[in-house]
Amino acid sequence: MVSTAKQLVRGGIGALALLPWIHAAAAEPAAQPSGWNLLNMPQGVTSVSQNVYDIHMIVTWICVWIGVAVFGVMFYSMFAHRKSRGHQPANFHESTKVELAWTIVPALILIVMAFPATTTLKELYDTSEADLDIKITGYQWKWKYDYLGKDVSFISELATSQASIYGNAPKTEFYLEEVTEPLVIPVGKKVRLLMTAADVIHSWWVPALAVKRDAIPGFVNETWARVDKPGIYRGRCAELCGKDHAFMPIVVNAVPEAEFNAWLAKKQSETTAMRALTEKTFTQDELMAKGEAVYGRSCASCHGAAGEGIAGVFPALKGSKIALGPVADHLNIVVNGKSGTAMQAFGAQLSEVDLAAVITYERNAWGNKSEDNIVQPVDVFKLKKGQ
Amino acid sequence: MAHGPAKGIGRWLRATNHKDIGTMYLWFSFAMFLLGGFFAMVVRAELFEPGMQIVKPEFFNQMTTMHGLIMVFGAIMPVFVGLANWMIPMMIGAPDMALPRMNNLSFWILPFGFALLASTLFMEGGAPNFGWTFYAPLSTTYAPPTVNFFIFGVHIIGASSIMGSINIIATILNLRAPGMTLMKMPLFVWTWLITAFLLIAVMPVLAGAVTMMLMDINFGTSFFNAAGGGDPVLFQHVFWFFGHPEVYIIIIPAFGVISAIIPTFSRKPLFGYSSMVYATAAIAFLSFIVWAHHMFTVGMPLAGELYFMYATMLIAVPTGVKVFNWITTMFRGAITYETPMLFAIAFVILFTIGGFTGLMLAIAPADIQYHDSYFVVAHFHYVMVAGALFSSTAAVYYWIPKWTGRMYNETMGKVHFWVSFVAFNVTFFPQHFLGLAGMPRRYADYSLQFADWNMVSSIGAFAYGASQLLFLYNVIATIVAGRKISDPKVWEGAEGLEWTVPTPAPYHTFSTPPAIK
Repeated sequence: MVSTAKQLVRGGIGALALLPWIHAAAAEPAAQPSGWNLLNMPQGVTSVSQNVYDIHMIVTWICVWIGVAVFGVMFYSMFAHRKSRGHQPANFHESTKVELAWTIVPALILIVMAFPATTTLKELYDTSEADLDIKITGYQWKWKYDYLGKDVSFISELATSQASIYGNAPKTEFYLEEVTEPLVIPVGKKVRLLMTAADVIHSWWVPALAVKRDAIPGFVNETWARVDKPGIYRGRCAELCGKDHAFMPIVVNAVPEAEFNAWLAKKQSETTAMRALTEKTFTQDELMAKGEAVYGRSCASCHGAAGEGIAGVFPALKGSKIALGPVADHLNIVVNGKSGTAMQAFGAQLSEVDLAAVITYERNAWGNKSEDNIVQPVDVFKLKKGQ
Repeated sequence: MAHGPAKGIGRWLRATNHKDIGTMYLWFSFAMFLLGGFFAMVVRAELFEPGMQIVKPEFFNQMTTMHGLIMVFGAIMPVFVGLANWMIPMMIGAPDMALPRMNNLSFWILPFGFALLASTLFMEGGAPNFGWTFYAPLSTTYAPPTVNFFIFGVHIIGASSIMGSINIIATILNLRAPGMTLMKMPLFVWTWLITAFLLIAVMPVLAGAVTMMLMDINFGTSFFNAAGGGDPVLFQHVFWFFGHPEVYIIIIPAFGVISAIIPTFSRKPLFGYSSMVYATAAIAFLSFIVWAHHMFTVGMPLAGELYFMYATMLIAVPTGVKVFNWITTMFRGAITYETPMLFAIAFVILFTIGGFTGLMLAIAPADIQYHDSYFVVAHFHYVMVAGALFSSTAAVYYWIPKWTGRMYNETMGKVHFWVSFVAFNVTFFPQHFLGLAGMPRRYADYSLQFADWNMVSSIGAFAYGASQLLFLYNVIATIVAGRKISDPKVWEGAEGLEWTVPTPAPYHTFSTPPAIK
């Protein structure tokens, strides 16, 4: 059934595709279209994306040809039936036969469109028998990927610098399309993607995979992708999620299975090593250096690069009661967040080491001088453990 | 002819005359159009090239949100209410609207509603920044404190719309001249009758949605808060149960305007009058049962997804009927191309393109790619700008000689048309490409492959914005110094009761009902 529909769709496109320039632009492989060549939907690298593309093209061409016919009649009238050419108006104003025809014929065309659409939608919804489950959590403004049952989890966020965004540094090839760590998936395997969100609604969209699914707090949505071709595929958040909606891109790295397994093993050993680091006691300088980096990634977009905040929306950290007050309160708000506000629970996003570093940084940077000015990973660990 | 208008400001503050109130609605909506347009210029200026140059992302979001809210609720809805006030009594042979004092109230609360909304721009935390669709929880838990002003603004605007609708329904059903049966009414009157019922049905739903937001934000309820057992998706269902009929509320009166203008300048009666009425009613009915096609990516069950896809596709049938009827009206007519006709023809072409992309968006699996991209932005601007705005511009050019007794400058009108038409397409056609290639809507910044078309789009937008100042100038020049005319039937091919009263239309018309053939 699926393949019959596919052939129908492909055949339909072949018959309809008479404007070669769009087709050529669309059929161009690999290289991402840009500039004036950027005209059409990508065909993508999954069977779903190919089917979606086919439906898109067939419906587009049906619309184009209806448009040519309808506007053709209209332009003919506009030219031939001008008063300035001395055309005398007719006086007809109804015809049951014609009116019935142009009600029934469009309805039939719609039925033709509905068949491949239904087939593809069913395929798109079939998340059964997946080889790998990945939970994707949307945060303001980054993604967290959990490889379920594999003990691997990490945050993926924008790698483009603020300087580049604000014109103080050049914009490189993958401006706003580069992340700190891409999602890695094996090719040829059915990967089930489970979407949720920690704060507001986000939407995980990778055009080449034809995957767009809302990540909604309190819900777990599921969809899937089987990527046939190794490569790097880039996407974006599609649902308005606040200030940095445009700054939380997605990068998917599809690799052969062996490479994927090696990567997974490496990530697992990193997880183990990170746990060991939790027991280590760091110096203030080590913590400050690490903390500055974490702050820049996770905190600066709201609280400002110099802790100045945004008046009326996000509080300043420079001279704040939290950063200068008891360390327990500071730890608590960073790890657990503040409910009812945009302050997230970073305990679920950052490692103990990163949390200790960033809190230490906030308590010592920008002229802040607090009594307990150093937090160690083990302090964070105890807090998390005690809960 | 008993008495003319009152003197001074009191004429406007205490206005009960349908023509005065209509005039105020029209000027108010034009002012809002310029304000909302200014916000759009800020948006397009920021998107002129990649990187953040002019505003910060948080302010950018305020601009897109305010642009949408002001244009939908402040410009497009009131302009058609203004046209309804002016034209419906004159089209059905009524002396005035049925409920003149309520008419006054429904207009005069509007400026307060929008003052409340616009004042948030100057408050701490800034204006609403969650998009004109204000999805929870971005608009509740994560909203700036000014969201409460937004909520009360929406309540006021909604109350105004409901009162306006009651008035229009009461007028049409009760004040028709003897012999003006329902199926003899001009199509503009029919489209407004249907629109008014849509408004009464869905504005309370919008009020309910914002009231639930108010409760969630201030009184600890959890309608839309998942952490409290609520449901963020519920918000979208409630919003779009209002929002989808809302887009037809905006476009259906435009159908009425076009159905008046095309026959006039084709010198031929409207083709398929009764099928036009039935098609409009069918579109209105369908608008209630398709709302979740705005939500194809929220993770509805397959059955729901299929139902909303099929139901939405059906809308193409009655919409097609309307387009075919307009074109057949032109067919074998004797067509002339005055400015209103140019705008009406552009409406038919561009609205149809918007209809085609609407059909594409209805195809659920393809919508997975289109959803929340610039393709959607292009689609609804083809329907809202080339649809609603072009038709209301056409209406102003068409009826302003009757309103003022003066003729607008035809050359300037044509320049306005051609600049608008070209600039509109330069602005919005490339947005189809951007969306298909993967650029999401409401993005303050974008990656480099999108740069060229965005720049084209911005240039088009600036030209479109500038051309509207020409329109303002032409309207003022007409009122102040246009060529005086006195023929009741301003246009050679015009039909209908409004063309039987003197030009300019006296302060009171049809104090005694006309005889209907």
